[in-house]
Amino acid sequence: MLFEYSIKGGDFSTAGQASSRFKKVLQQLNVPPQTIKRIVIALYEAEVNIVAHAFEGTINIEVQPGYVVMTLTDKGPGIPDIEKAMEVGYSTASPKVREMGFGAGMGLSNIKNNADILEIQSKINQGTTLKITVNLNQENVIKE
Amino acid sequence: MQISEIIQALGLKAFTESAGLSRNATGGYTCDLLSDVMGHSQSGQIWITLQTHKNVMAVASLRDLAGVILVNGLMPNADMLAQAIEEGIPVLGTDENAFDISGKLFILLGK
Repeated sequence: MLFEYSIKGGDFSTAGQASSRFKKVLQQLNVPPQTIKRIVIALYEAEVNIVAHAFEGTINIEVQPGYVVMTLTDKGPGIPDIEKAMEVGYSTASPKVREMGFGAGMGLSNIKNNADILEIQSKINQGTTLKITVNLNQENVIKE
Repeated sequence: MQISEIIQALGLKAFTESAGLSRNATGGYTCDLLSDVMGHSQSGQIWITLQTHKNVMAVASLRDLAGVILVNGLMPNADMLAQAIEEGIPVLGTDENAFDISGKLFILLGK
């Protein structure tokens, strides 16, 4: 099954809508609550990153029997130093975004902690693509 | 414990009136950073915060939180309130600060 959602950069009034819609899909598919939790945390953080940093973006989600792959592609500033961006507490968010309680430098680490595979590709002044894979059968997954 | 019992015991305001009063709260999480709540709260907890915008409800809904308590006499923004009612998630209020109301909730829930 394939799902696609469009995200508008800067529009915090709709941030989280795609995650909310996909959460309902996962519930209908009877995915276990603990797995829904991991998928939704990773997806919401990635969705908010597009709203906070990019001009626009697209979320493509592929649901397979054993796993979910969420690919988030944005047009935006890109990430100059991905390793640095992954550090907890490092953030380039604007003061306005921080006042709302976002931009604490926890988003990407939240994504990493809840994903089984996380791939990030980014080009400066063009955009960023996140590919997040979460296994649906968590008992078969050995996590650190 | 039911939200309605918590409202009564702690003298909270219910901005969302009758919405979600029968929801069950198992604990609390006190924080103003949305990503921390997203990453570390547990479903069924009441979220204690000073954030009053709509994104609070997105996080509360996605994490299956029991409700939200706004501290220091703060009131929810109109769009936050509208989404809370739509989702059936109670938004409550207190004049107390986050420390005091968290402490009272902690004792009330027998933590």
